Amino acid sequence: MISLKVNGKKHELDLSPDVPLVWVIREHLKLTGTKYGCGKGLCGSCTVHVAGKAVRSCQTSVGDAEGKEITTIEGIPEDHPLKKAWVKEQVAQCGYCQPGQIMQAAELLSGDKNPSEEAIIKAMDGNLCRCGTYPRIKTAIRFASKEGGK
Amino acid sequence: MNSSITRRTFLKAAGFTIAIAITPSGYKILSAKESEEAMGKGFSPNIWLRVMPDNSVIITVNKSEMGQGVYTSLPMIIADELEADWKRVKLEVAPAADGYRDPVWGAQATGGSSSIRHMYEPLRKAGAAAREMLVTAAAGVWNVPAAECEASQGTVKHSASKRTVTYGELVKPASALDVPKDPSLKKETQFRLIGTAVPRLDIVEKTDGSAKFGIDVMVSDMLYATVARPYAFGAKAEAVHDAMAKNVKGLKQIVHIDRGVAFCADTIEAAWQAKKATHIVWGKGADPDLSNETLAKSFEEYLPKDGVVARRDGDVQTALAAASVKLDARYYLPYLAHATMEPMNCTAHVQKDRCDIWAPTQNQTGTLMTAKRITGLAPEQIHVHTTYLGGGFGRRFEQDFVEEAVQTAKAVGRPVKVIWTREEDFQYDYYRPGNLSRIQAALDDKGNPTAWSHKIVCPSIFVRVFPDTMQKGIDNAAVEGLSNLEYDVPNVSVEYVRIDTPVPVGFWRSVGSSHNAFTVETFADELAYLAKKDPLKFRLDLLNKHPRAQRVLELAAEKAGWGKPPEKGIGRGIAYHLSFDSYVAQVADVSVDRKSGAIRVHRIVCAVDCGPVINTDTIKAQMMGGTIMGLSAALKESISFGRGKVLTENFDAYDLLRMSETPKIEVHIVKSDAKLGGIGEPGVPPAAPAVANAVFSAVGVRLRNLPMTPDAVLKALKVADGKA
Repeated sequence: MISLKVNGKKHELDLSPDVPLVWVIREHLKLTGTKYGCGKGLCGSCTVHVAGKAVRSCQTSVGDAEGKEITTIEGIPEDHPLKKAWVKEQVAQCGYCQPGQIMQAAELLSGDKNPSEEAIIKAMDGNLCRCGTYPRIKTAIRFASKEGGK
Repeated sequence: MNSSITRRTFLKAAGFTIAIAITPSGYKILSAKESEEAMGKGFSPNIWLRVMPDNSVIITVNKSEMGQGVYTSLPMIIADELEADWKRVKLEVAPAADGYRDPVWGAQATGGSSSIRHMYEPLRKAGAAAREMLVTAAAGVWNVPAAECEASQGTVKHSASKRTVTYGELVKPASALDVPKDPSLKKETQFRLIGTAVPRLDIVEKTDGSAKFGIDVMVSDMLYATVARPYAFGAKAEAVHDAMAKNVKGLKQIVHIDRGVAFCADTIEAAWQAKKATHIVWGKGADPDLSNETLAKSFEEYLPKDGVVARRDGDVQTALAAASVKLDARYYLPYLAHATMEPMNCTAHVQKDRCDIWAPTQNQTGTLMTAKRITGLAPEQIHVHTTYLGGGFGRRFEQDFVEEAVQTAKAVGRPVKVIWTREEDFQYDYYRPGNLSRIQAALDDKGNPTAWSHKIVCPSIFVRVFPDTMQKGIDNAAVEGLSNLEYDVPNVSVEYVRIDTPVPVGFWRSVGSSHNAFTVETFADELAYLAKKDPLKFRLDLLNKHPRAQRVLELAAEKAGWGKPPEKGIGRGIAYHLSFDSYVAQVADVSVDRKSGAIRVHRIVCAVDCGPVINTDTIKAQMMGGTIMGLSAALKESISFGRGKVLTENFDAYDLLRMSETPKIEVHIVKSDAKLGGIGEPGVPPAAPAVANAVFSAVGVRLRNLPMTPDAVLKALKVADGKA
C-alpha cells in the first residue's frame, strides 16, 4: 500500500511504487486537472508541487512522492492571484497545458514575489503551449505578482 | 427518422424553444410547434436555443471547442440578436445529429476557419426570430401594439406604460406563436456583444483544471487500452507472441483490431506493461528504405514531370524566354506534426443496442459514421459526446483514434479508454505534407514582373479525404494561395504534380497556405530586391486590384515603422497572405547570430482584415497563436523519417516554440465591411516568409527551405561568404 497526501487529503493506494505520479493523480485519484503531455519531462503539462517544489509528475514515481505534500491545480485556491490573473488576461485557448503552466508559475511566485521578465521566462521555458498563449501567460504572471499581496 | 430527438422532445422541452432544420437547400428556423409538424415532413429540426422560465438562455453549439473560442463567439451571435442577458447564457454541446450539421458543408465538423462564416447568418436569424416572438408575446399579454414594445437584455419593455416583463415569464405565450418568416436583424449600431471583447465562457474551467478533455473521461466499469501499431508504414503483424503479456496483473484482454493489437487492462500502466511484454513480428511494410533522403530524392524526381495546370494566364514560357532579368528558385518544406498538447484518445462503450463515444473530435459526422460502420447500429443508437479538445489544428478531423476505441470496445463489451502516448502521437499522425516548389519569374526593364511560373510537387490530402473535390486531378489544398495568386502579373502558370508516398497526410492549421505563403512571399521579396524596389512598395504596386491586401500591408508596415531604419543588427521583413477569406500581413524584426546561426525574432506586427468582427479578443488571441505556430514551424519543426517509418518520437526531437523564443506580437484589426473571413488559421501563413525576408534584410542570405535552423543559417552564410 502506498499512502499519498494530495491537496491535504490522504489516500491509500494498492499499486506499484514505480507508476508515474501523473497517472496515479489522474486515473486513480481522478484529479484530471493534471495533464499528461509527453511522459519525458519535456513539456510541463503534468506539473504539480511535491513538498512545495514544482515537479514533472511524469518523471516522479508515486513511490518517491509517498508521504510528501502533493498539490495539484485542484488544490490551488479559487482566489489565488494566478487563477484570477489567468481569467483576467483570458490566457487559455484550448486550455490543456494551462494547469501545468499555473503550477509552474505558482512555484515561481512563491519564491519571488516580483519576478523580472528574465526570471519569468527562465521559470516558464520548460512549459510548452501549442496554441501560443505565452505572451498572455507572461502578462498574467506580471499581473498576479502585483496582486500577490492582496 | 434521422434525428436523435424524438417528436415528443420539443413538447417536453421546458421553456421557449427555437429549432433550426438543416435541409439540403439551406436551413429553416422553427418553433417547437412547427418542429413537430416539420418532422412529419421529413425534416429533422434540432433545438438550438431555449429560453427557460428561470430567465436563463441555453444555447446549443454544434462546433468543437479547440481553443479558437467558438463556445463563446457562437453563443454571442444568438444572444446579441435575442437581446439576451449575457450573464444568463449557458451553453450546451450538441450531440452528433443531422440537425446539427453545418448548413454549408452538410456535415457536422469544425475546420477551415469556417465556424462563424457558416453559422453567423442562421444563428442571427434564430436569435432574431426568438426576440420578435418574445416581443409579440409581451404585446399580446399587455394588449398593446408590438411596435411599442422593446426587447432589452432579457426583458421586454413597454415604456409608455412603464411595464417590464422578463423573457422567462414569456415562455408560455411565446411558445404558442409561429416563427416570423423573415425576422429583422439588428443594425450594427444596436449590437451589444458582437464586435466587442466578450470574455470566454470556458475561461474559468480552463483555469481551475475542471475542463474535461477527451483524455479526462471516466466511465464506470471502464478499461484502459493501448494499441501496438505497425512498426513501419503499411507493415502487417506476421506473428504476435503475447504469452508473457498474459501474466501481467490487471490485463483483461488482447484484441486484434484493424490498426494493430489493443491491450485492455484495469489501468493504463498495466496495458502498457502488457504491450511491452508482447513481441510482435511486423512485415516489411510499404517502403522499408523510406528516409529523409529517399523522400527528398522522390520530390526532386517528380519536379521535372508534367503536372496538371491549376492556372494559366497568358503565355509564361514565351514571356520567360523573352526576358533578360529572371529569377529561378526552389523551395523544399518538411512534413510537420500537429503535436496537439493532448495526445489522441477516445473512450467508447458498445452495447447491443447502443454505442456511446466520448471523443475530442473535430468531426462528429465522421465519428458517427465510423461507429456506424463498426457497430452496424443505426445513427440514432449512436451517441457522440464531444469533449473539449486539447488542440485540434486539423488532426482531430481524422477518425483513426475513434476507430481504435470503437473496435476495441466492441470486442471487449465494456467501456474502453484508448490513450496514445506522445511517441505514438508523433509516429502515427496525418502529417502536413512535405513539398517541393520551383518558381520562375521575369522582370521587364522597369522592374515589373512579366511572368510567374509556379510548380509544386506535393502529396494530396484531398484524394483520401474528399476525393470528389479532385477536379482534373488538382488538389485544391496543394495549390491554395497559388491558383489565386493576387499579384498583377500578365503571364501566370501554376502547375501541380501529385506525388504519392506511404506517409499519410492531413489537414494542418492553414493547410496549403502553411507552405505556399512561404514560397510566394519569399520569392516576391527576392523579386523586389532584383527589381531594386522597396519590398512593400513592390507588393503594393502589384496589388491595385486587391485593396484589402494593400490595406493590411500598409497598416502592418505603418505600425512597424516601415521606412524608418530599424536598430543596428535588426533585419525587417514583410509578408502577406489571403486564406479562408481573411487577409493577414506581418512585419518581422529579427537578428541573426552569425556565430551560432540562431535567428532571434524580436517583434511581429500583424494586421488582419477578416471582415465583420465578432469578438475582438478572440481575433487577437488567434492571430497571436497562429503567428506563434507559424514561427514554430518556420524555425524548428520537421518530421524525420528512416527505416520505413517516422523516427521523431517526442518533443526532444520535435521541439515547439517556447516562451524564450516568442517575440513581442502586436495585432491590429482593420475595420472592414467585406464578407466574413475566418480567424483560426490565417495567422499562421505569413509568419515564416516575414521572418525569412527579415533574415535576408539582416544578413543578406535567402533561406529557401524550412525550418530555418541555426545549421541552415550557418550553411547559407558560409555559401554567401564563399561567393563574396
